[in-house]
Amino acid sequence: MSLRSPLSKVLGLGAAKQGSHHWWSQRISSVALTFLAPWFLLSLINLGDVGYASFTSWIASPINSVLLSLLIVALSYHAQLGMQVVVEDYIANKVVRMITSLIINSALLLLAVIGVLAILRIALSVAPAIQFQMGTGS
Amino acid sequence: MTSNERPLSPFLHYRWQYTNTLSILHRLTGVFMTLGLVLVVYWLAAAAAGEENYDLALDLLRMPFIKFVWFTWLLSFYYHFLNGIRHLFWDIGLGFERRVARTTGWLVFISSIALTVLTWMCISVRLYASDNGAFL
Ligand code: HEM
Repeated sequence: MSLRSPLSKVLGLGAAKQGSHHWWSQRISSVALTFLAPWFLLSLINLGDVGYASFTSWIASPINSVLLSLLIVALSYHAQLGMQVVVEDYIANKVVRMITSLIINSALLLLAVIGVLAILRIALSVAPAIQFQMGTGS
Repeated sequence: MTSNERPLSPFLHYRWQYTNTLSILHRLTGVFMTLGLVLVVYWLAAAAAGEENYDLALDLLRMPFIKFVWFTWLLSFYYHFLNGIRHLFWDIGLGFERRVARTTGWLVFISSIALTVLTWMCISVRLYASDNGAFL
């Protein structure tokens, strides 16, 4: 017989074996995306040219590189939380479910890291050129 | 364990209403966009890999089939975005009344198609005009 108080019962932890943390994270990432995603889309339309020079210098601007990194992180986090729910809903077998989740989570983490590193690399390689021009321009 | 054999999604067995379709669409678009994330990150990574690599990547990203994928991604995005806002309003207890929920449901459906077409046209006009035009 367990002497532990049925705290999990009191807290209403359901089939997911956790509280409302997942739910809140999903909402917070959703609200962030509500702003970041349209911002990126409008920026692209406004940029009008995704050729190498134009696109990289757009990314390299400080505000854009910060917001774009945030977008990538929010996107992959939101997708991870969302896919977890989908996997939990459709895959009944515990082992298969865990392995599927692991693959999805790893893939999304990998994508997020590649994305942010790409932005960082562009920001760090393009920005000095602008400084250089400013330094020698006068 | 017997609990593993119970249906995990009992809601799937309810009578069909078009609201069911709207709700499963949110899931389908979410999953589809998650797969599409590979393309988005590939595009960014290509930009970080220098001009030559980026140009090669653009050739690939402009292929008709990939263009179709971008279009579907955009449509998915607008639907999921607008319907997501609907979800967020539900979460703070707004818009649950049957009539309101139906109206906003249709509004989301129609607006997402309209916005996709509008965006696609903007992109074509603005981006195809230049030689560096977009794959979008
Ligand atoms: C502006 C953007 C977005 C908003 C406001 C938004 C909002 C939401 C909300 C509120 C949910 C939870 C729905 C529920 O409780 O059943 C959700 C689920 C989900 N979202 Fe998003 N989302 C956005 C963009 C995205 C993007 C870009 C992706 C993928 C790359 C994505 C992938 C998913 C997935 C996979 C789910 C899980 C679907 C499910 O459980 O049925 N979302 N989204």
